[in-house]
Amino acid sequence: MNALQKLLGWVDARFPLTATWKAHLSEYYAPKNFNFWYFFGSLALLVLVIQIVTGIFLVMHYKPDGSLNAAGVPVAFASVEYIMRDVDWGWLVRYLHSTGASAFFVVVYLHMFRGMIYGSYRKPRELIWIFGVIIYLALMAEAFMGYLLPWGQMSYWGAQVIINLFAAVPFIGNDLSLWIRGDFVVGDATLNRFFSFHVIAVPLVLLALVAAHLVALHEVGSNNPDGVEIKKNKDPVTHIPLDGIPFHPYYTVKDILGVVVFLIVFSAIVFFAPELGGYFLEANNFIPADPLKTPAHIAPVWYFTPYYAILRAVPPLLGSQFPGVLLMGVAVLIFFALPWLDKSPVKSIRYRGPIYKWFLAAFVISFIGLGWLGILPATPLYTWIARGLSVVYFAFFLLMPWYTKIDKTKPEPERVTG
Amino acid sequence: MSQQEVDRERRKFLVAATAAVGTVGAAAVAWPFIASMLPSARAKAAGAPVEVDIGKVEPGAIIAVEWRGKPVWVVHRTKEMLDLLGKHDNQLADPLSDMPQQPDYCKNKFRSIKEQYLVAVGICTHLGCSPTYRKEIGAADLGADWPGGFFCPCHGSRFDLAARVYKGVPAPINLEIPPHKYVSESLLLVGIDSKVESVGA
Repeated sequence: MNALQKLLGWVDARFPLTATWKAHLSEYYAPKNFNFWYFFGSLALLVLVIQIVTGIFLVMHYKPDGSLNAAGVPVAFASVEYIMRDVDWGWLVRYLHSTGASAFFVVVYLHMFRGMIYGSYRKPRELIWIFGVIIYLALMAEAFMGYLLPWGQMSYWGAQVIINLFAAVPFIGNDLSLWIRGDFVVGDATLNRFFSFHVIAVPLVLLALVAAHLVALHEVGSNNPDGVEIKKNKDPVTHIPLDGIPFHPYYTVKDILGVVVFLIVFSAIVFFAPELGGYFLEANNFIPADPLKTPAHIAPVWYFTPYYAILRAVPPLLGSQFPGVLLMGVAVLIFFALPWLDKSPVKSIRYRGPIYKWFLAAFVISFIGLGWLGILPATPLYTWIARGLSVVYFAFFLLMPWYTKIDKTKPEPERVTG
Repeated sequence: MSQQEVDRERRKFLVAATAAVGTVGAAAVAWPFIASMLPSARAKAAGAPVEVDIGKVEPGAIIAVEWRGKPVWVVHRTKEMLDLLGKHDNQLADPLSDMPQQPDYCKNKFRSIKEQYLVAVGICTHLGCSPTYRKEIGAADLGADWPGGFFCPCHGSRFDLAARVYKGVPAPINLEIPPHKYVSESLLLVGIDSKVESVGA
């Protein structure tokens, strides 16, 4: 026994190092038929790491201070300019972080879509899905609060609008929004608490949720593009699923390929188009926050726009904005119900009938269409289109128990089909 | 002690009592943290009134001053603007200012103390953007019957020159008229009126 093995033995007697490695990597058996859609879970993990590392370095120079400096510029805004212009490589760290925010939503939306088309949310994986939706909510909070920190015009007025959504809640709304802001308007108090939540509270919650997501996944095992359980067919001697392969080295190698391709695209954006034509960083946010002047057109960053379009599509009822706010909230939270709305006898889109496919296509069109409308100024025509697409969005979920039951499905195979 | 001797009822009661006391304790500990997020004493004190010299505001012009961190507008309305005010009441959601969005002394046709000066909080009652002053009558993008007023760029809410909201726009109620009083002919005090000493929250 050499020294290294001895050391490992010493550790294993005190901490389950080898056992953990085996349980989660070298002897975690994943279905052998993962395809393109299975890259995005590990990519989300990669982006999480990028955000945490770049965030740590940004905090070394950033100052969450809404007061004006000697030049009359808010200190927070000036500290971001300082990072961009005077800190060595500061521009790179900041662009990695800002591009990372959008990249996070790209991979998470694709990851969620994967779960939807292959029925990965179905029994016995409901809790994995629920943890995932909570991660999505935490990510929205994280992105929203982070967006205030540069203290530009879009930061300021975006936060003002979103916090005012809470003021629409009947009875307690005004006190609630006052409590969230910590002042009568978005100000220094708001900036400091958002900084606190953004750099420590929400990231801790996110890490805990990611751990829970993975523990639950490794307990029941991964789904696959066929939506059939590989644990039903095990080798009688070894008890290893016949269609399973160890995650390491097979899927670690596959995921590294995904990482390489992802980083090529990611770097291209970071280096050549970090603002991505205003979709990742908006022009108005390069103007310091001015509490007296709203920019002519304010829109949230692209990943929030589908919900923003739903909010704007709902007219006020009885002098209250609450119905729109409520519907926007429901549009996000309805994902929680997905495992129980789907009554289909099969999981994967491969064996579903045409009705489901039409509904799914309509849902994708409504989601992208609403996202597009949310970026544009609201005109009467666009508002009516947004109303139509909102109906489609909700129909996908609310009619699901009905159309998944009557849809003609194909028989699932006994084993995965490769 | 053998298993049979355990008094399960008693144990259940003790567990429930411990949980109940623990919950009350946790809530009591949570309160200071939650309350620390409310506006601080300093933030509340910053609601002090501001003085505005309105002598230099030309007829038709607008100025914005900051009170409690919010924009407060003073618009010097011309005779023509005032004449147009009564003509579109049927298009307004609350033409008579029935909602308590103004002090009693401004619950009138012009929503002001002096006819020509409109003093209003420039924060849209929809989601808190600051509307734009659009005084051009019949502005191309606002329609031929636009009598001049305020347009919110965020979600398209419209208000007239008495800061009253139009029907069918996202904003549900009229803009707020802050408490204010005239110290002299051209000196306005925003955030205080003659009835109460100070309205700081």
